[in-house]
Amino acid sequence: MINLENISFDHCIKCTICTGYCPVAKVTHLYPGPKQSGPDLERLRIKNQRLVDASLKYCNNCKRCEIACPSDVKIADIIGSAKWKYSKKKLSLRDFLLSRTDLMGRVSTFFSPIVNFFTRLSVVKFFLDVFLNIPSKRKFPKYAYKTFRQWFSKNRDSQENFERKIVYFHGCYVNYNDHDLGKAAVAVLNALKIGVVIAREKCCGVPLIANSYFKKACKNANHNIKTLGKAVESSDMKIISSSSSCTFALKYEYANLLELDNSPIADRTEYITEIIYQEFEKGNIPKMKPVNIKAAYHAPCHLERMGSVIYTIGILKKIPGLELKLLHSECCGMSGTYGFKKECYQISQDIGSDIFKKIDKIKPDLVITDCETCKWQIEENTVYETIHPVTLLSRALEANNS
Amino acid sequence: MQRYETDVIIIGGGATGTGIARDCALRGIKAVLVEKDDLASGTTGRNHGLLHSGARYAVKDIQSASECIDENKILKKIARHCIEDTGGLFVTLPEDDQEYHFELIRRCEEAGIKCKKISVKEALRIEPNLNPEIIHALTVPDGTIDPFRLAASNILDAVERGGTLFTHTIVTDFIRNQDTIKGICFRNRLTKETFEIYGKVVVNASGVWGQKICEQAGIELKMFPSKGSMVIIDYRINNVVVNRCRKPSDGDIIVPGDTVSLIGTTSKKISYEKIDEAVVDDDEVEILLKDGEKLIPNVSKTRVLRAYCGVRPLVAISNEMDGRDISRGIVLVDHEQRDGAKGFISIAGGKLMTYRLMAEMATDLICEKLNINKFCTTHDIPLPGSEKKTSEHKRIKHFSGIPKSIVGSTQFRHGERVHRILKKDKKSYGLICECEMVTAGEVDYAIKNLFVKDIIDLRRRTRVGMGPCQGALCAYRAAGQIVQHEVADGEDASKMMIDFFEERWKGIKPILWGDALREMEFTYWIYQGLFGLGNLISGTKGSGKGVETLEEIDQF
Repeated sequence: MINLENISFDHCIKCTICTGYCPVAKVTHLYPGPKQSGPDLERLRIKNQRLVDASLKYCNNCKRCEIACPSDVKIADIIGSAKWKYSKKKLSLRDFLLSRTDLMGRVSTFFSPIVNFFTRLSVVKFFLDVFLNIPSKRKFPKYAYKTFRQWFSKNRDSQENFERKIVYFHGCYVNYNDHDLGKAAVAVLNALKIGVVIAREKCCGVPLIANSYFKKACKNANHNIKTLGKAVESSDMKIISSSSSCTFALKYEYANLLELDNSPIADRTEYITEIIYQEFEKGNIPKMKPVNIKAAYHAPCHLERMGSVIYTIGILKKIPGLELKLLHSECCGMSGTYGFKKECYQISQDIGSDIFKKIDKIKPDLVITDCETCKWQIEENTVYETIHPVTLLSRALEANNS
Repeated sequence: MQRYETDVIIIGGGATGTGIARDCALRGIKAVLVEKDDLASGTTGRNHGLLHSGARYAVKDIQSASECIDENKILKKIARHCIEDTGGLFVTLPEDDQEYHFELIRRCEEAGIKCKKISVKEALRIEPNLNPEIIHALTVPDGTIDPFRLAASNILDAVERGGTLFTHTIVTDFIRNQDTIKGICFRNRLTKETFEIYGKVVVNASGVWGQKICEQAGIELKMFPSKGSMVIIDYRINNVVVNRCRKPSDGDIIVPGDTVSLIGTTSKKISYEKIDEAVVDDDEVEILLKDGEKLIPNVSKTRVLRAYCGVRPLVAISNEMDGRDISRGIVLVDHEQRDGAKGFISIAGGKLMTYRLMAEMATDLICEKLNINKFCTTHDIPLPGSEKKTSEHKRIKHFSGIPKSIVGSTQFRHGERVHRILKKDKKSYGLICECEMVTAGEVDYAIKNLFVKDIIDLRRRTRVGMGPCQGALCAYRAAGQIVQHEVADGEDASKMMIDFFEERWKGIKPILWGDALREMEFTYWIYQGLFGLGNLISGTKGSGKGVETLEEIDQF
């Protein structure tokens, strides 16, 4: 039966620009491209639900097709919900483990030295490759010891003194893997005279959506809408996140793809650099010491989709002594859990190969990107350290303080 | 001039004509079918594709209703791949006569049509896109039927059993010996070759054009053409046939047809001279969309793909001019008895639904004339493609590696013949038409087996160019295939592309707004901006079919 909430495919005039911009279709014939998989096949799927192509799994949900579309067709959403509505999710231990970032994080942070040790063993990698179809060439991100939330609860008092406050959605990566980014975000916001509040949160749902665990994604989304909504309801506080994909999910995916009412948080949620940019514009610029480095900037797909890349570039330009090289905006290929799947690994590498070459040519001191999975991809395939723009900002501040 | 001899000559390649050709072939009678344009290019291909349960006629014309339900059951058996057993609903809107549905139920019972009243909630479950404000709902065994596939399958079977088909050939004269019609002369409109063919019986199955054919034979058979217009919606907004439960009127049915939905129909008298130039009027489009929206509210939000019209052939049996004698049922005329023209019969009236019955009646008369004692078997023997069904699971396994959407679409169009079409060679399942998933292999099959002479014919066999882009991305690819198969050279194929777009344009013009307008502009950029196709018209040879038709009509 057809339920026609999303009929944007009807506006597709078949210009095929989206397929021209699709990073996956560019490197493999296994994926017929977003036009075919989205609007074209949607008509057939409405006719007969069984006409679902297996090739949909190659969509990496980068959303670049939606940016390219002149007819405002929600192509990636159509593909995403087709995976959900029409195909049966096969039981897969790998997909389960990859998408349960909260569960994996909570367990791993307890034994992080052991986990980190084991995930780097080639024997373990070999077994993961054979039994779970996780390519042995992939490096797993290191888990931190304990969580960011634990650190924050110890330092909560210092945030009370600020008049203005903001809700920080740290996301799983900051919580379980990279406390430094969270600390940097707090430091930068504090330097802007903004205090940080943290609400109860679950994984934003991006990996769950990517692996078609829509029910679980909806559950998490509802939880986040409720807790974040409650945190901001009695004030004019904004919600920010230092992860571009988390922000995108909170602000757009919940409503467009999961078809949930995210109105309590949608207008309040911004990507962190946008808030910082706005402060900078108002003249609220903390003192920074020159960093004196050359950096290449890679714009992640979901940030591009939100149109927020301009803010990141805006604040990077304000950092003294930074020679910024902008990379041509294209997908790095990692796309969250996509690059961790054996069947997609080669595609993932091929998509990113151009970026890796360009970075090597620039020979920067470091690479800057907003997205954690882009960071993993670039660090794995180049020799350069890759950091978040806010981390660089905090380094400039630190230099001043010391 | 080439000469042929046969038993039966059939004029008209619509459902009836191809049905007669098949019936003759099954009874072992040699038959030649002559069609002036392409299979199902007339009234057959210009209706809303409803597989009537008969309920629409039950109140007014119980005879037609019971004919429909009988044929409905037969077609579900023999033409499985041409029909879709969607089921149908009759719904009463608040503004309609609330008592009408009682009468409908009663009359359906009389005609033997299963008609059941269901709750509104149940109706909305069956068809979620229905207007939730409906008051009453009935279910009937309606379905959908694809007339192009039906005609093509009939003739395919006829030809495979020894029949002969000439398309794009126009009857120029009748060969007569005193009061006996001995045969016909005809000319191929593409190659200009002329033919003479002698037969024992000539059957006029040319529908509304039957009046002209009879005139050529010196006989008067009066037609009262009535135009019916329909609009096509970009995708299937309903999965079940939705009828409005009231006295038959304009815009009271929405039929899902393959990947689209159609809103039908209007009824307007037109003069006989205008039957080849009938166009959809603006007010008809307005009525259809307005009333369609009342049945399914989503109509207003959806792209309209095209609007088209067909001409119903209503026949006057005797030659009274006041039209009191017009019959809406099947009319079989033995001209020997009526006009003293031996060896000439006309079959007209009826509907797409009763094509098989009409063919049976005509072939029975042919047998009587030829003194052949054989009975009709068309109600038993399935059409090519509708034979024993392979289970979906088995088919998917058989074609593993080929995308399901391609296997499903091809099977939908060609039934079991899918096994002759799809091969695991990548080239064969490369797409020609991306909207309707027509592969190079399918085009190849159609050109070789389904009597394709140009891109428009190819469209009727495969759905090339029938999707949202209306040929923008597939016309040049199809033209390439035509050249590759040596149906035409490059220049002629380019001309075919023009003909194809002219024909598409005719249907798009009445609904040229919104997304359809943007689509057309994009098509224009490709074909005029990039290819300069428009510059080709002046000073080049080629088929120029569209123009010649009018000249030929003037000759009559």
